[in-house]
Amino acid sequence: MSGPNTNYDPVEVTALDPAMVEQDVTDALAAIKAAVSLDELKAARIAHAGEKSPLALANREIGALPPSAKAEAGKRVGQARGRVNQALAARQTELEAERDERILVEEAMDLTLRADRRPFGRRHPITLTAERMADVMVGMGWEIAEGPGVEAEWFNFDALNFDKDHPARQMQDTFFVDPADAGVVLRTHTSPVQARALLERGAPLYVAVPGKTFRTDELDATHTPVFHQMEGLAIDEGLTMAHLKGTLDRLASELFGEGLTTRLRPAYFPFTEPSAEMDFQCFVCRGEDSACRTCGGTGWIEWGGCGMVNHNVLRACGVDPERYQGFAFGMGVERSLMFRNNLADMREMIEGDVRFNAQFGMEI
Amino acid sequence: MRVPLDWLREYAEVPAGATGVQVAADLVRVGLEEEGLHGGDIQGPLVVGRVLEMTPEKQKNGKTINWCQVDVGQANGTGEPQGIVCGAHNFAPGDLVVVILPGGVLPGNFEISARKTYGHVSAGMICSSLELGLGDDHDGIIVLTDWLGAGAEGLVPGQDAIPLLGLDRETVEVNVTPDRGYCFSIRGIAREYSHSTGAAYRDPALVRVVDGAENPLTAPGATQDGFAVELRDGSPLNGTPGCDRFVTRIVRGLDPQAPTPAWMVTRLTEAGMRPISLAVDVSNYVMLALGQPTHAYDLAKVDGPIVVRRARAGEKLTTLDDVERALDPEDLLITDGGETLLGIAGVMGGASSEVSDTTTDVLIEAAHFDPRTVARSARRHRLSTEASKRFERGVDPELAPQAAQLMVELMTELGGGTADPAVTDEGAVAPREAIGIEVSLPTRYVGVDYSPQRVREVLEEIGCRVTEASAGILSVLPPSWRPDLLTGPDLVEEVARIDGYDKIPSVVPTAPGGRGLSHAQRARRTVAAALAGQGLHEVLTYPFVGESRFADLGLGEEDQRRHAVRLANPLSDEAPLMRTELLQTLPDALRRNLARGAKDVALFEIDTVTLPDLSRRAPVPGVGVRPDDAVLEEIRAAVPHQPLHVAIVATGQADRSGWWGQGRATDVTDVVGWAHAVCDALGVAVERRQAEREPFHPGRCVELSLPDGTIIGWAGELHPKVVTALGVPERTAAAELDLDVLFTASDRRAQGAPLSNHPPAGSDIALTVSRSTSFRDLEASVRAGAGPLLESVRLFDVYRGDQIGEDQQSLAFHLVFRAPDRTLTTEEVNAARDAAVARAAKDHGAVQR
Repeated sequence: MSGPNTNYDPVEVTALDPAMVEQDVTDALAAIKAAVSLDELKAARIAHAGEKSPLALANREIGALPPSAKAEAGKRVGQARGRVNQALAARQTELEAERDERILVEEAMDLTLRADRRPFGRRHPITLTAERMADVMVGMGWEIAEGPGVEAEWFNFDALNFDKDHPARQMQDTFFVDPADAGVVLRTHTSPVQARALLERGAPLYVAVPGKTFRTDELDATHTPVFHQMEGLAIDEGLTMAHLKGTLDRLASELFGEGLTTRLRPAYFPFTEPSAEMDFQCFVCRGEDSACRTCGGTGWIEWGGCGMVNHNVLRACGVDPERYQGFAFGMGVERSLMFRNNLADMREMIEGDVRFNAQFGMEI
Repeated sequence: MRVPLDWLREYAEVPAGATGVQVAADLVRVGLEEEGLHGGDIQGPLVVGRVLEMTPEKQKNGKTINWCQVDVGQANGTGEPQGIVCGAHNFAPGDLVVVILPGGVLPGNFEISARKTYGHVSAGMICSSLELGLGDDHDGIIVLTDWLGAGAEGLVPGQDAIPLLGLDRETVEVNVTPDRGYCFSIRGIAREYSHSTGAAYRDPALVRVVDGAENPLTAPGATQDGFAVELRDGSPLNGTPGCDRFVTRIVRGLDPQAPTPAWMVTRLTEAGMRPISLAVDVSNYVMLALGQPTHAYDLAKVDGPIVVRRARAGEKLTTLDDVERALDPEDLLITDGGETLLGIAGVMGGASSEVSDTTTDVLIEAAHFDPRTVARSARRHRLSTEASKRFERGVDPELAPQAAQLMVELMTELGGGTADPAVTDEGAVAPREAIGIEVSLPTRYVGVDYSPQRVREVLEEIGCRVTEASAGILSVLPPSWRPDLLTGPDLVEEVARIDGYDKIPSVVPTAPGGRGLSHAQRARRTVAAALAGQGLHEVLTYPFVGESRFADLGLGEEDQRRHAVRLANPLSDEAPLMRTELLQTLPDALRRNLARGAKDVALFEIDTVTLPDLSRRAPVPGVGVRPDDAVLEEIRAAVPHQPLHVAIVATGQADRSGWWGQGRATDVTDVVGWAHAVCDALGVAVERRQAEREPFHPGRCVELSLPDGTIIGWAGELHPKVVTALGVPERTAAAELDLDVLFTASDRRAQGAPLSNHPPAGSDIALTVSRSTSFRDLEASVRAGAGPLLESVRLFDVYRGDQIGEDQQSLAFHLVFRAPDRTLTTEEVNAARDAAVARAAKDHGAVQR
């Protein structure tokens, strides 16, 4: 760039020559007018209004003029740049309007077509149901405990007051690990975790136990030899059957519908005394429809077994039954899923057919 | 237990109009769950009709039907004959038949209406025994003179046929829980019905109703000359004698041909037992009525004395079911004179002394056996009989003489014999001990405010003798028929049950507040959600596997994974083992999906596997006592290790083809990527090593491990032989990881570091190395050489071809450098890059291209 030159004649600087400036403006306006797309306009802007455009270069020369000439030259170039910028802005508006009217319409895609290049997978409804049940218990301040599926016979039976000669032990259809006197079985219920948790953690204790269980049933629409249960165990001072009922009511209400309750019927289990079978209220008819297909018109759906924990169980786990008492319950996860989600055939749950999973989302 | 209502009515005042449904509901309330209802499912009008006219009409289909006019009295409201089409031919005008009129309902909810058929409007149906649920004969209709015999006299058309044919008879079937052995009798059920409803109860062990009159059932006491019985139990189980009461009676001069009367046949049949002969039927009847199993011996075949003793080693007995059974020294036997075996006590009699169709004199046995002894024998010989079912649950020890008396009365009345005055009643039943219970215990346990009066009242109602031992403490002596009542809580249940479980309020307990889900529980959900998010479906397969699967997977003979826990009683002999890896069963789900038409399938399973230590056995100490720590440790140690795994198997397209263009087949890199995704989801850094392991392709398997070397698992493509053996598509890829390892590694608080806001500087290098150099090793050298300014390194090209040596490969990396505190200069970046190249050259002979 040139330094100040007191003898400088502005007319003699080519770039500042009025005709030259006018020619620059004419070229610029022509290019702007010729631009038919925003990209072309952008190119025209760079060429005619950018840092290296003739007008920008001319502008730079002004600084080298003697002060007397600066004003005139500055005015000339400033006006010229103003005209160019105005034309650019106007053309920009025109082209944008055109884009909005035509180009965006032309670019439209039919997005009712889904490009499912990689469809989302699913979790299994049984696991999701078990987790949902567990979460209700966690919400009540309980913890989730777990235990092994291949289990010591003592934990599965004796610790739970199933005497070796008691008919109840024979009714459990147990898988025995070979040799049959190894003292190891596939657990027939999640209840052995009651004993494990009590032995490890003692009282007070509030735990729920979802898990896989096994019985030598043949697979049919309502039975599977491998199934899932959720067990609940609460041991504390002063717990009663009313607390059992309250806990079950809350669980039923969370799983099957607001305000649904449970019903207890006298029953027998070796590890509870008193014992009860529990039913939950039919969420379809709430007992109002004697022809209801969901509950068979009884208003109630069988859910599982429960009761106050037998003293012998507490003793086997080193808990003082004179100080602590509590309740336990267990229900089938598959059965809960069947009723919650209107599934008629248990076989579909265990076959691993992806179409079964795909009926449900990741929350169930 | 099947309970014919008519039988129940004999012992309890069941309201006249009560239906099976109502009775079942009453029994459910006290803990007898309904298993089924039988009979009583016909709705009238079902009436007696007299056939006035029948006109055979040949039909186009070759059948001949009869167009009948039937007199049904006023039952149709008009008194006019009813026009009915009937396909049967076994009747004639004038016969009395059974007609169901429009509006009636037959079993199976078959509603009858007037309908047009064979050119007539048939207004009802003439019924066969099959249609009424009375028999199997569908060919002919019921002709009442044949069906009822003399009972058909005096019948009038229009008369209700439902009671006439016993179609109003209902049987309620209930499930009896193992603690309530006494409910394996109408006596026990009637008592419970009375508890539930308040209906009057008549104990059939004390009172017999004959022709409407109540007669006391009085058993004579033992006499000196009773049939000799010796109770010689040399080795009682748990100190309880195998037999503590043995009553015998003798009836002589029975008519061996005397039939069992129809009423008894009906009751037995309705209760689910088959009539056999008078002696056997009476024995079964008494058992069903009272709950006391009895046995009738042919007196001519028994010399006596009866000796009850344990079996000797090597003894054998052929039981009534014609099976020769090797006896165990724990089996309790009924013997003739100690040597001839008559039966296994409380389980089944022997064939030799069975009553036959020539038996005129019988020896009746009514005894009380130890539940444990009977339970073990029944289990040992796989012989669950009506008798063993009752004895193992506990029979009322006071019943034996009463049951024998009822048997004597029925036999002499029905079979024409006379009873000997001689009576045996051997043995001594140990007296029950009273239970001490705080009167407040039911309230404290159940949460219902029971008054002391109410507690007493309920306990007395169920037959207990209650006295106040001291202030607030009751002494409760349970009735003889309730051996299950032993403790305070047992009595609490009785109070709650009889007062009503429906009165228990609902109170949510306040837990002390838990820790929420554990790390492992949350992590499991995270892993499952991450894989599902990648497009995989979670499945649950059965954990049972067979040895042939190990061979399919190419496991060598010495492979540890063949050492699986074996089941003694597997569902299928083909799959007696517990899987040691999930990949042993997961391919089954893949195959099932493919067989059902799916093509692009990616599955995962999360479950435990069983790794056995087969050397240990678990002790099984008994109930009610905490084993000492050493025994507990032994029990726990014998439970096999069961780590949690995740396995993946995938085939078909990973990216689907569609309107957007071609898809991409799932390959081994997808599965390796998913295995990494599991680790990334848990924030665990992973090392990779090329590995060879079954069931994978030897050149396409990677082992993943923690930085400390702990193996996480393997991912790869299945070996072509495995693919063939399993019948899955070529190139099926799979992975199996140990989640316990990952959960332990991820259960820590990750530490964050500040992020640099200075610009990154990139630099690319291409290194030519031998093909045997693994990407992982070369990358490690590059990282080590580049130093702390290196932020990331990414392999972006692999070249193998003409421009380099045959055994060479060129790997191109994009390196990104960044400093925490300044903008890097070109010189710094170049120096770091050159150091990376130099290190690669030193470690692997790499040459920059």
